[in-house]
Amino acid sequence: MDLWYSEFHTKNVRFSIKVEKQLYSGQSGFQRIDVFESPEFGRFLTLDGYMMLTERDEFIYHDMITHVPMAVHPRVRNILVIGAGDGGVLRELSKYPYIESIDVVEIDAMVVEVCKKYLPQTACGFEDKRVRLHIQDGLKFVRKCENEYDLIIVDSTDPFGPGEGLFTKEFYGNCFKALREDGIMVNQHESPFYKDDAIAMVRAHKRIVESFELSRMYQAHIPTYPSGHWMFGFSTKKYHPIKDLRAEEWNKLGLKPQYYNTNLHKGAFYLPTYVEAMLEDVE
Amino acid sequence: MPNTPLSQHQAPIYEALQELKRMRLVPFDVPGHKRGRGNKELTSFLGEKCLNVDVNSMKQLDNLCHPISVIKEAEELAAEAFNAAGAFFMVGGTTSSVQAMILSVVGRGDKLILPRNVHRSVINSLILCGAVPVYINPQTDSNLGISLGMSLRDVEAAIKANPDAKAILVNNPTYYGICSNLREIVRLSHQHGLLVLADEAHGTHFYFGEALPPSAMAAGADLSSVSMHKSGGSLTQSSFLLCGAAVNQGYVRQIINLTQTTSASYLLLSSLDISRRNLALHGREIFAGVSEMAEYARKEINAIGDYIAYSRELVNGDSVFDFDISKLAVNTLNLGLAGKEVYDLLRDEYDIQIELGDIGNILAYISVGDTEKNIERLIGALAEIRRRFKRDKSGLHKAEYINPIVELSPQEAFYSQKESLPIGSGCIGRICTEFVMCYPPGIPILAPGERISAEIVDYIRYAKEKGCSLTGSEDMDVEFINVVR
Repeated sequence: MDLWYSEFHTKNVRFSIKVEKQLYSGQSGFQRIDVFESPEFGRFLTLDGYMMLTERDEFIYHDMITHVPMAVHPRVRNILVIGAGDGGVLRELSKYPYIESIDVVEIDAMVVEVCKKYLPQTACGFEDKRVRLHIQDGLKFVRKCENEYDLIIVDSTDPFGPGEGLFTKEFYGNCFKALREDGIMVNQHESPFYKDDAIAMVRAHKRIVESFELSRMYQAHIPTYPSGHWMFGFSTKKYHPIKDLRAEEWNKLGLKPQYYNTNLHKGAFYLPTYVEAMLEDVE
Repeated sequence: MPNTPLSQHQAPIYEALQELKRMRLVPFDVPGHKRGRGNKELTSFLGEKCLNVDVNSMKQLDNLCHPISVIKEAEELAAEAFNAAGAFFMVGGTTSSVQAMILSVVGRGDKLILPRNVHRSVINSLILCGAVPVYINPQTDSNLGISLGMSLRDVEAAIKANPDAKAILVNNPTYYGICSNLREIVRLSHQHGLLVLADEAHGTHFYFGEALPPSAMAAGADLSSVSMHKSGGSLTQSSFLLCGAAVNQGYVRQIINLTQTTSASYLLLSSLDISRRNLALHGREIFAGVSEMAEYARKEINAIGDYIAYSRELVNGDSVFDFDISKLAVNTLNLGLAGKEVYDLLRDEYDIQIELGDIGNILAYISVGDTEKNIERLIGALAEIRRRFKRDKSGLHKAEYINPIVELSPQEAFYSQKESLPIGSGCIGRICTEFVMCYPPGIPILAPGERISAEIVDYIRYAKEKGCSLTGSEDMDVEFINVVR
């Protein structure tokens, strides 16, 4: 049998992974959810056919969306995570003993259930006692919060499905309000390479800089995402993403993740020329 | 299949168009694009399916000017679905329905009783036919600055003072969702020999609602103009004119044909047919869902603070006899922002386009096409606007009712010898020959035949300053106004 999963990265580019078998397929009120088993990437989760994570390379994404802000902010106590139904972000956060609470807001309960059953590698993050799961629209949740969080992590899907509301100016503005005066917001920020992804990336950045005075982007290499070159946003009310890096202090924690380290932290903020140029246009 | 009773599951015009496609006729008639083949750019923009049914009246498609087959059947089904004695498919917008409705019941010199907060199409009809308006002051809610419905006492007084009046027109509901006591107005009017006309441009859903105000036909009105293209879901510009049992439908058809196109668009006609079927079969659940979304949004917007998203609490048994809970109107004055300013912020800052912003209110149109996600965006953006833009509210006006001083009939004024004056102190006391209105909602500040007061000049200046879009006058910039020489 020759069974393959394919995702169109553009109309003219197709990315395929050989599949061993399909473990799950279901339709929630929001999206279609599938889990596959593959020889190269292990298990992987797709939503509406779009790749969300694979067991093999999810560590890159989850390292970069959590440890970067955690190595900058000196005393993160209360965290809000939007999206992240797979639990990967929570797994990384649970390694920090001094965090007091983690509110997770996922719109689709079925994603959480499916991940708990088929993707324990990331869903183990839900086991942390400090995690409180809220099944709700992210924009609605954050609208009601004021001055409550030190860190907000926006682990959203793409801006064309249920995650659309998480790429809007009203969402970023409400996040700004929900953060304490020295808070940081980190978000999944699409890719600069293919045209449609780049448009989404630039548009989101434009909307963020309208709410946050200081917002920088950083990058990582994620093999299963379109073009492999992926961006994150670091928006901050006080701390500078590089100047305020507390490398020594963070290294003392002894976490030793597989992708992130404090040298890479600095390097990740140095962007290719063409990406810088795109961002300058909207800043 | 003659004599087979029609059912609401059918859509005769739509079915005839499907059949036409299968026949593969060779077109040697208009339209000249010939199923789109002659206009490739338009076809690629609108789609082949669309151009394929942009056809002309022909044997199997009937003719809107004189319906005898599929259009007649579709109109009968619409009448049944809307609980009316007759229904006309209209293709010139609800403006054409309003016009036909008024021209059918009043002529030169006849009196029509109406609230002042009517749509411009109503007074335009009076210019056409020469009838005289007798205005009733719609009560005003002084906190919100919106006009309400007609008080029954005022209606009665107007009828008594004008025993020769031919008809009365009622908004059911107003743009903001407010209903007068239509059943009582019908009873009272019929008792005195007046016909009752309803402007239901914003009330299509009343025919399919569980907890909504009564529709005009249910209340016993004689004619009603229903904007199917608003809450009914049909294409823009398509509309219904409904008739009660006492109306001579043949005469109404003649009146319609005075101004209606002889090349009615089958895109519009089929959209009415399909939408009627959808409403008849699923209307109740659709509008229950819409009301639920509006109620949710109202609760959340009120919880933000400063905004007043009003609803049934306005009901006072008279000038607000009932409220349409599917409407989402929000007063913004406590934020220190005019409704128009919030409207502009939503569009310019948050990419959200709402229906209207006036001096003190915004109106977001909620329909079957909305999603919870988009409702959350609207609420989230309103919360942000309050956080970012709230300011001292002194210096904000409320829209107030300005009693019109009618000196001439709209027709007489419109066709009189006129001169153009700058809007300012120089035109105070003169008789205006044209309209001035904010659009939307399109309710006249001045109508032809009315004396211009200092209050009106101030109001126009303020509305312009707040960015309201003023229209109606010959001068596109509304700097000058035509008055009787």
